[in-house]
Formats: sequence, structure tokens, C-alpha cells
Amino acid sequence: MTLNEPKVAGQPRVGLFATCLVDLFRPSVGFASVKLLQDAGCEVHVPIAQTCCGQPAYNTGDKADTRAIAEQVIEAFEGFDFIVAPSGSCAAMLKKHYPGLFEGDALWEDRAKAFSGKCHELISFLTDVMMVRDTGARLDAKVTYHDSCSGLRELGIQEQPRKLLANVNGVEVHEMADSDVCCGFGGTFCVKYSDISNAIVTKKVGNIDASGADLLLAGDLGCLMNMAGKLKRQGSDVEVRHVAEVLAGMTSQPPIAGSGK
Amino acid sequence: MELTSNKFKENAARALVDLQLQKALGNVEKGFIGKRQKSVDALPEFDALRDNARDIKNHVLAHLDLYLEEYERKVLAAGGHVHWAETAEDARRIVLEICQKAGARTVTKGKSMITEEIALNDHLEANGIEPVETDLGEYIIQLRGEHPSHIIAPAVHLNKEQVESDFRRVHTHLPEGRDLSEPVSLLSEAREVLRQRYFAADVGITGANFLIAETGTSVIVTNEGNGDLTQTLGKVHVVVASIEKIVPTLEDTAQILRVLARSATGQDMSVYTTFSTGPKRADDPDGPDEYHVVLLDNGRSAMLGTEYQDMLRCIRCGACMNHCPVYHAVGGHAYGSVYPGPMGAVLTPSLNGIDETGQLPNASTFCGRCEAVCPMRIPLPKMMRHWREREFERNLTPLTARYGLKAWAFFAKRPRLYRLAASFGMPLLSLMGGSSRRFHSLPFAGGWTRHRDLPAPEGRTFLQAWAQRETQKQEAGQ
Repeated sequence: MTLNEPKVAGQPRVGLFATCLVDLFRPSVGFASVKLLQDAGCEVHVPIAQTCCGQPAYNTGDKADTRAIAEQVIEAFEGFDFIVAPSGSCAAMLKKHYPGLFEGDALWEDRAKAFSGKCHELISFLTDVMMVRDTGARLDAKVTYHDSCSGLRELGIQEQPRKLLANVNGVEVHEMADSDVCCGFGGTFCVKYSDISNAIVTKKVGNIDASGADLLLAGDLGCLMNMAGKLKRQGSDVEVRHVAEVLAGMTSQPPIAGSGK
Repeated sequence: MELTSNKFKENAARALVDLQLQKALGNVEKGFIGKRQKSVDALPEFDALRDNARDIKNHVLAHLDLYLEEYERKVLAAGGHVHWAETAEDARRIVLEICQKAGARTVTKGKSMITEEIALNDHLEANGIEPVETDLGEYIIQLRGEHPSHIIAPAVHLNKEQVESDFRRVHTHLPEGRDLSEPVSLLSEAREVLRQRYFAADVGITGANFLIAETGTSVIVTNEGNGDLTQTLGKVHVVVASIEKIVPTLEDTAQILRVLARSATGQDMSVYTTFSTGPKRADDPDGPDEYHVVLLDNGRSAMLGTEYQDMLRCIRCGACMNHCPVYHAVGGHAYGSVYPGPMGAVLTPSLNGIDETGQLPNASTFCGRCEAVCPMRIPLPKMMRHWREREFERNLTPLTARYGLKAWAFFAKRPRLYRLAASFGMPLLSLMGGSSRRFHSLPFAGGWTRHRDLPAPEGRTFLQAWAQRETQKQEAGQ
């Protein structure tokens, strides 16, 4: 791994917020995150009292449950120097939306703000805080990268993963058309409005197939599961992985939704 | 129009299989987005202008009463009339009275979403007055008995072949063999037909993009020049506009104009930007004898001071719907309301109540592209979420979603129980996934598997595997 001078002195203590989808569906992404963080010089901890960031409740309008979950996350993680999540949407929830949940609450508002100030999405944390330039991985693959919406528009993650991918030996990046357009996942949207979600993801996989890539990467497991599910339903043999797996050089697990048609 | 927002899913299902519509929607995705980007890229200060535009409107909204009164004074001073309409019904009645007093049998109309909002055409027709839409898109959908599917491109759901067949159906006085294969020939034909109507019209009705408080001026922006003819050729000009269209000064108007057309069509400026102040003066060569402004509230003042106030900054450029993946998929009519797309998903519940419109703020992936392109920096996803909160508080959220959420939250709030359930459930689900590592169908996951496979989980959860690894490490260390 190659780094410039990190923005933090010493070995920062990082709490890994794995996210519920990674915990339940794709532990490999959790282990890849740990490796990337450790290689970058972090001391990584995985608090056991973690479940989900609360987005399903938040986006359904259930403020009470959202707040209860947010308090639980803050309590479990506020002791770390940094809180890092391998997901733009969950990281944006912690970083951008938690403070608003406690507005006007004398006990919690400052606490939530202090917590949010330490939260980061994994890849941008590696590049922007730990100043990682090259993760030392290698993989022979033609990859295309989908910009997940929250990471892109709420956290400004666009160049960071591409810079790191450019330094992965053997990787050729083939940009797809409209890589910054939503994949149609949208959390509960994809089941509440299944047909519309399908129309959106159908366009997306058309662009993925047309890119000529054989491996689709992104930084959010929800989007990845949606796109992988559609690619496989359409009989595409494009494989799908979280970008952290490739950057960590950990691609021994079968890809998301398996390989082949 | 009849509000069918709560049938959004049914409307959308029809839209998704309508091949003509799907073809037309491709134009929205391809046309507007690239043009906007190009014009924005050419203006380095665009984001600063957006901030400025937002601040101007925020200032107005904080002092709306004062600016409205100032505007009224200036309109009166210029010889115009101001009518205050609290509801859509009030506005319809006022406009009808003005038309009747003028003895009008035909009125021409410039493009106006507000007159759609108050369903003016139906009301005029019911009272024996013929409204003639003069904007090409509006004219086309009037011929078809439809409503706008887009706030700046009302007929964007149609293809030129459909318009050609409508023109041949209605314009029976023109030669049958004429060539209507190109959009420009359709435009010329509409112009020719409409030209006659302008002269026959007694009253011209327009909307307004801005109402300027310092001068009492109404401003419209158009690309066809139809608005100018509408408002100068009739004896009476009626402006129907909602109260939040106020801007303090001409200078402020110029500021916001710089972001309006760029965001809408990618033009630096619309072809026509027309300023109207009062009726014709003694030495004016043309203009109306009477100038009326109908100021519509229709629920807007109730939005002030609430979490929906920011919506009143909207300048109706359409950029949010032009960039919305849901709008691209289903088009504007599926929303079943006057205002479609993301701005409609926030505004419609404010105007019509969340009970009848709850589908709209839910039908969003929260991708945030609307907010990213909004020239007035309106936080549209945030406000859609606020509507979801209002629904949830009042138990309007559909029961399946509510129970599903509550079941999930029960575990999410109990990490120990969550781990226990996951440590049994996920390995089992993983086994069921077999060697393909995915499910083609799965009970209770029909919403997902109807259209896509569900990736199988790897097996043990991350927390399980991590705990085991840490234990092994400790044992090895000891």
C-alpha cells in the first residue's frame, strides 16, 4: 500500500460500521474493509452492538424508531477517532442526517454533531484522510464503476474510487454511460414500486453491458444487489463486487449473486 | 383535472407498457439534460447565481406580505387592477367575471400552470367562453383533451406522428396532401391557425414567471412569442399568478432569469422575456385597454413558516423532472396531479392534502439528482421525507410497509436479538441459495424477485465471523 502523509497523526482508532446488508449478505466486504483500513495504518474495531443505520425507518417517516437506532449507533461508536462504513448511503445517514434528528435536544444535539464529524465512507476515508494512493492490489479485469447516489451527491464521492482503481494492477476501467444515474434501488422503493424500479435498473444494466466491462463495481451493497440481481435475471455474465473487495485484493469469494449466467 | 395521485401505481403500470409514451420520454432524458449541462458548464458563476437566486426568494418569503402590498400599490399606480383570490374557486370566479364584463366569447391563453391548477379552461367553457391555448404544446394537448405532462413542455409525452394525426383530424380546412412530417411544419401550421384566433380574442390570459414589486410588472418567458400576442392583442389582459411569484426588484428578476432558462432548456435566455406594466398608456402604440392581476393563494400562505416553505422558491423550470429517473420511467401523467415530478411530489400534497396524494412523495428513490440541479436549491428529497413523516404520524402509511418496518425495527433496536436471529437465518438462507448463489423466487420477497434475482447471503454474518476470528486470535495468542 502506498500513502502520502496521512492527515492524522499516529494510529487512529477506527470503528467499522459494517452496515446491515454487509453484515447479513456479504461479510467479505466487512473483511475487505478491515484489511484496507489496517493496511492504511488504522487500528480497527468492530463494535458488536451494531445493526443498521436506521435508513429504512428514516425514509418511511418513522422518526421515533430512527432516533432510537441513531442513539444506539452513537453510543456504540462515539468513542472512536473515526467511524467508517463501506457504504455511501449509510455513511451519509450517519454524517449528514443524524444531527438533524436531534435538533433542539440539549442532551443529544452536540453529541450527534461530534459523532457525525467523525463519520466517513470507506473509500473516501482511505483517500482523503489516510491519503492512500495505491492499495497494492492486482486483478485482471475490465471493470466499470457505478456511482451510488448518496455517496455521489451527499458525500461527493466520484474521483476517489476511480483513482484507487487506476492503481490496481491489471484493472482496466471502462466507464459506462450515465454512471451517475440512480440504479433504481432506493431502499424500500425497489419493493414498494417494483415495476418502476425495474424500468430504472433495466436501463442501468443496459449501460453496464454496453460498457464492455466484465466486472461491475460500486461502493454500496444495496445498489450492487439490485444490479447483480437484474444482470443475472437477464442472463448477463458480468460479475458484480463491492469495490472494497477488489481494492483489498480479496476476490476469492464468488461474486454477488454468483458467477456465470 | 381530476386528481388521481393515489392511483399512481396503476397509472405508472400503464405508462410503463405504453410504447409511444416510452419513446417520447426518451427525448426528455436525452434532450434536456445535456443541454442544461452544456449551458451550466459555460457559466463558471452558475452556482453562485443559484445561491443568489435562493437568497432573493428566501428574503421575499420572509417579507411576503410587505412585497405583495408594494406590488399591489405599483400595479394600481400603473392603472391596473389587482384581485386577491384565496382559493382556486375564487380565482375562477374572478377571471370569469372579468371576461363576462368584457363581453368575451373567445379568450387566448399563454402557457400557464396556474390556470391548470385552477382548472380555468373547464370553467370558461362551462360558461360559454372558448379558451384557446396558444403555446404549441398547450395547443396540441387542448386538441387532445389532455393535461400537461410536464410544466414547461406540456406535450412532451407525445411523438410528432401523434401530433400530425391530431392536426389532420382537426384542421380539416387545410389541404389533405400537405407535408407535416417535420416538427417545423407542425409549428408553422399551428401558427397559421392560431394567428386568426388572436385577432378574434377579446381577452388574453397569461401566467407570470415573476411579479416585480418595485414596478408592478409581470414577466413571462416564452420561446414562441405567443405570450406577447396573447397579452397585447386582446382588449383585456389578465395575469393569473400565485403569490410566491413576487421578486423585489428588476435587478432581482435579472438575477433569477440567469438561472431559469439555463436550468429549463439550456438556453442562456428564453427567446422572449416580456415585461408588462399596466394597460396601454396614451402614447403607447399597442397594448390592452385593461390590465388585471389575479393573485392566487390556494394553500401557499399556509406553507409559510412550515418545513415546506422552501418549496415556494420554485421557479417552475422543470429541471427536477428532467433529471428524475422516476419521471423518465413513467412520465408526467402518472402522477395524476397538475404538477408532476419531484416538485409536484412536494407541492401537490401541500395544495391537495397528503391523504389524497401520499403516493407522490413515496415514489422516489431519494437519488437526490433533483436537488442537485434545482436552480433554487430546494431540498426536494428532504421535503418528500417530511411528507412521509406526516403520513406515518397519521397512520396513513400502508399497513404492509408499516408492519414490515416495525418488525425490522424491533430487531434493529435489539442488537443481541438481531445477532441471534441473523446467526440462524443467514446461514440457512445461504444454504437455500445453493450453488447458483441466488434466488429466482423466494416467499415474502416477491417485490424483489418479480424482476430480479435475489443474491444469496454468503453464510455466517460478518459479526459472527468477526467474533469467531477474534476468539481464535486470542486463543492462538494465549
